[in-house]
Amino acid sequence: MASIKLFLKSSVGRKFLVGITGLGLSGFVLTHMAGNMLMFVGPEAYNTYGHKLITNPFIYIAEVGLLAIFFVHMGLALCLALENKKARALAPSQKPSNCEKDARLGSRYMVHTGILVFVFVVLHLITFKYGPYYPVSYHGVEMRDLHRLIVENFKSPLYSGWYLFSMVILFSHLVHGFSASFQSLGFFSVRNCLIKKMGWAFAFIIAGGFFIQPIYGYFYGGN
Amino acid sequence: MKLHLKIWRQNGPSAPGNFKDYEMDHVSADMSFLEMLDVLNVTLVKKGETPIEFDHDCREGICGSCALMINGNAHGPDTGTATCQLHMRRFKENDTIVIEPWRAKAFPVIKDLATDRTAFDRIMAAGGYISVNTGNAPEANSNLVGKDTSERAMDAAACIGCGACVAACKNSSAMLFVSAKVSHLAQLPQGAPERAKRVRGMVTQMDQEGFGNCSNTGACEAACPKEIKLENITRLNREMVRAAFTE
Ligand code: SF4
Ligand code: FES
Repeated sequence: MASIKLFLKSSVGRKFLVGITGLGLSGFVLTHMAGNMLMFVGPEAYNTYGHKLITNPFIYIAEVGLLAIFFVHMGLALCLALENKKARALAPSQKPSNCEKDARLGSRYMVHTGILVFVFVVLHLITFKYGPYYPVSYHGVEMRDLHRLIVENFKSPLYSGWYLFSMVILFSHLVHGFSASFQSLGFFSVRNCLIKKMGWAFAFIIAGGFFIQPIYGYFYGGN
Repeated sequence: MKLHLKIWRQNGPSAPGNFKDYEMDHVSADMSFLEMLDVLNVTLVKKGETPIEFDHDCREGICGSCALMINGNAHGPDTGTATCQLHMRRFKENDTIVIEPWRAKAFPVIKDLATDRTAFDRIMAAGGYISVNTGNAPEANSNLVGKDTSERAMDAAACIGCGACVAACKNSSAMLFVSAKVSHLAQLPQGAPERAKRVRGMVTQMDQEGFGNCSNTGACEAACPKEIKLENITRLNREMVRAAFTE
């Protein structure tokens, strides 16, 4: 037990937690993106899927778990980043070393992209989860018309633009985050060809999936 | 060759420090970088000024003393070499060269370009050794180690403890160094008995010294004069997980 505690308090252990929660969140965005694809099938399929999700009694446990993962990921990452800033100690007249430029691009901005993703998530929840309630009923069951809400929002170029921008940010966060998680967990190095490609592929799938949804909503929604 | 040097001068650990300009004429392309600094120091002494303090020892890339940030590159522009292996032929007439000490809270400046890197020694003392009896030469033949294992351990053992990885890292993380030392011993049978204790001790000490946390950027690998691979950090992480479940 003492050695587990020591591990979790150490830099390596906290990185491990950031990595494993990061992978958990990656799994969440993947299912979220895949679920959203139902909007292409039609309003009924999409709304029924949403209805089934929120009426499932386990949803509260899942939500609490997700929230916990989210805050552990963010809290630890910020705490590590603050320590890193303190450890650097550059004199005011100094520029960062050139080698920092050898660092992978996304890796240098993980805190920035992470904070933007957080802002996006909060606004996203306000817009959708806590947004207006439009009722609709299929086969006698009343449910929320989320499809209408989504299309309404995507019809605004401002909202769609912000959404697309956020997905580019998420893409950059995932390209590094996905492969780096495997390094923090001690599986593969970020230099590993396969894991690098997987990071890119995963980020492409997620951002790509979330990308076509507002574009579709903007051009074809409501027709 | 004529050169313009901008060198960090700092009187002591708590003195403010700033860049000072030095002009040099007739620098031979055959000189090593450290010889160029030696020549500059001789002229400074002749003029009655204080020479520039910088660390060096072996001058053949094996001791890890020569820690200089040259134009923003740890150990200068070449890959896989230490500062002492850098030659002036790498520079051109009228070049400006900016020379700074390593920068990290855990490596305080002693004077000018010399930094206190005893934090690395304390990390080593916290577990970077083996205390079992490894026997004599015949034991080497009876204690078989696979070729690829021994190669990986040897590659990690090439680390000279210079601290360039810390200097290059935006987080001033010492993980490449610690991972090289841990990887070196953890893979060999002689290092096995103290495997968990070693990694726990070294990582704890590393954290206490005030080094930053690795964010898997890979800048250290690019700066390392011994080309220590990032895979070692993955192994260090793995060793720590393993140690968490070992008493
Ligand atoms: S890992 Fe490389 S850069 Fe870091 S101390 Fe060892 S030799 Fe120097
Ligand atoms: S002086 Fe020994 S490695 Fe450069």
